[in-house]
Amino acid sequence: MTATQDLRSGPAAQGRSGLRADRALSQVRPRRGETAVRLLLRAAAALSVLITAGIVVSLLVPAIGFFQQVPVVEFLTGTRWAPQFADPSFGVLPLVTATAWTTAIALTVAVPCGLGAAAYLAEYARPRVRQVLKPVLELLAGVPTVVFGFFALSFVGPALRDRLGIDVGTFSILAAGLVMGVMIIPTVASLSEDAMSAVPNALREASAALGSNRMQTTLRVVFPAALSGIVAAVVLGISRAIGETMIVAIAAGARPQMVTDPTMEGATMTGFIARMALGDSRVGSLEYDTLFAVGLLLFLLTFVVNLISIRRVHRFRQEY
Amino acid sequence: MTATTAPSAHRALPTGQRSRERSPGATLFLVLLWASLLVAFATLVTLLVSTVVEAGDRLGPTLLTEYPSSRPEEAGARPAVLGSLWVIGTTAVLSVPLGIAAAVHLEEFADRHSRVNRLLELNIQNLSAIPSIIYGMLAIGTLSLIGVQNKNIVIGGALALALLILPVIIISTREALRAVPREQRQASLALGATELQTTWRVTLPAAVPGISTGTILALSRALGEAAPLLLLGALVFISFDPNGLLSGFTTMPIQIFGWTNSPQAGFRELAAAASVLLVVILLAMNALAIIIRNRSQRRW
Repeated sequence: MTATQDLRSGPAAQGRSGLRADRALSQVRPRRGETAVRLLLRAAAALSVLITAGIVVSLLVPAIGFFQQVPVVEFLTGTRWAPQFADPSFGVLPLVTATAWTTAIALTVAVPCGLGAAAYLAEYARPRVRQVLKPVLELLAGVPTVVFGFFALSFVGPALRDRLGIDVGTFSILAAGLVMGVMIIPTVASLSEDAMSAVPNALREASAALGSNRMQTTLRVVFPAALSGIVAAVVLGISRAIGETMIVAIAAGARPQMVTDPTMEGATMTGFIARMALGDSRVGSLEYDTLFAVGLLLFLLTFVVNLISIRRVHRFRQEY
Repeated sequence: MTATTAPSAHRALPTGQRSRERSPGATLFLVLLWASLLVAFATLVTLLVSTVVEAGDRLGPTLLTEYPSSRPEEAGARPAVLGSLWVIGTTAVLSVPLGIAAAVHLEEFADRHSRVNRLLELNIQNLSAIPSIIYGMLAIGTLSLIGVQNKNIVIGGALALALLILPVIIISTREALRAVPREQRQASLALGATELQTTWRVTLPAAVPGISTGTILALSRALGEAAPLLLLGALVFISFDPNGLLSGFTTMPIQIFGWTNSPQAGFRELAAAASVLLVVILLAMNALAIIIRNRSQRRW
């Protein structure tokens, strides 16, 4: 970081956009064409609101159709999910338990590994080493989820069964969750490394002056100081785990059942949507509308989780 | 997310007490940190090796030249490769100009203190973390709204993917614009250029490396994405080359997913071979983005 960069991001420049801060310098009256271009730019930015509105409407309209036939309470508390059977049942809990299991397993992999990687990169690695390791870690995020799913199905599942002797079938929540965890490592690592690197050096120096070694500094000074950002990273990881589709669609199985054990197979919310989309249910049928009811639940869940994460990021950015 | 803003000065910190630095606890801690990095790298290597091994001799030119077939030994992924090209090309045309325009507005012209713009930013951040499959539902909703019967068309898939990556492009473009020093803008304004001229001739050109890094990463994400396209019904048996925006299509991730579902071992091999091809393309795109980013880390 050079001195100019520090100046630029100093408190005076912050909170004002690049040109606006310099507007006093501009003595030129706006030209006619420029107003039009400005409006175009503004319209492009406003499009994002339209997208959100579109998502809400396209989920809500069919979901309302669904909830007119299936009571919300039955949907949220029922323990049998069988929308395509002759004797249909619309309890979403089997999908929710499967999602909760895959998410929990993914986090038990992603959180320790992601934080460990971040702590190494931010506190221990020499700049050279870091310059090599960080991009390689980011490459992990570039592997498509379809390929991760295939890997879970064709390698991790059999390895769990044959090498470790865990009694899993072809499809299992466990294999899908583990691979999903590895997929999320870069997300957690990248954000929490940013948070740790943002901790002012003075804190580390103070800690060292008191005789702490690097481990103590990392665990007792840097980690608590970056905690808010780390929480944001973990929460974003949760959001990604809930929403991840292809890995669970390929490796977790398709049988909706209350999952009580990670070696079982199970259909997650996203897995159900993906499988259902493959079928040929008629537009407007109750079957078709279930897609959107589950989609709406998924949207609301991730929406809440995202907001928590964004809040946290803002808070930790303001601290320094 | 990938901002590299690490001050590295603390690494020069003198560690006077070598003994404490090397105490058993501290050493164990360091080993644990290494282990967590190792999990990520070992998985990446295992994934690559096991997929290549599984692909076996299917990794060859026939993968690119043949059409899918019910007999795995004759099948290839030609329509999927071409479909991916069509869909990603269209996605880029739709999303890149829009994303850059939105980012320029938010970063250069919008008043950051106004409530409307703060909500706009919150909204974009939230959109970037919405599950991709939701964008598929948005696309089928939109297409049926304008009365399109056959939803498995190139423009439909591109629409879903463009909306999916738009927030990513906006966020990374804003970061690139923010990295252009204010002095550059001030110099231009002082010479009498208007704000728009300044943006077009000074700020944007200076931000091109950052913008292209973000755009390549976003497009590579779209290229590997399958979930939204599943909803559009892209998982079909296609035995023709896609030839336009309204043509039916399938893409490589979807083709891989289709083959993964088949019980026959031959199709598993094909899935592995196509996976290798896709991963190589995506890793190349990612590497390119990272190289551009590292090269362009200009000190002003």
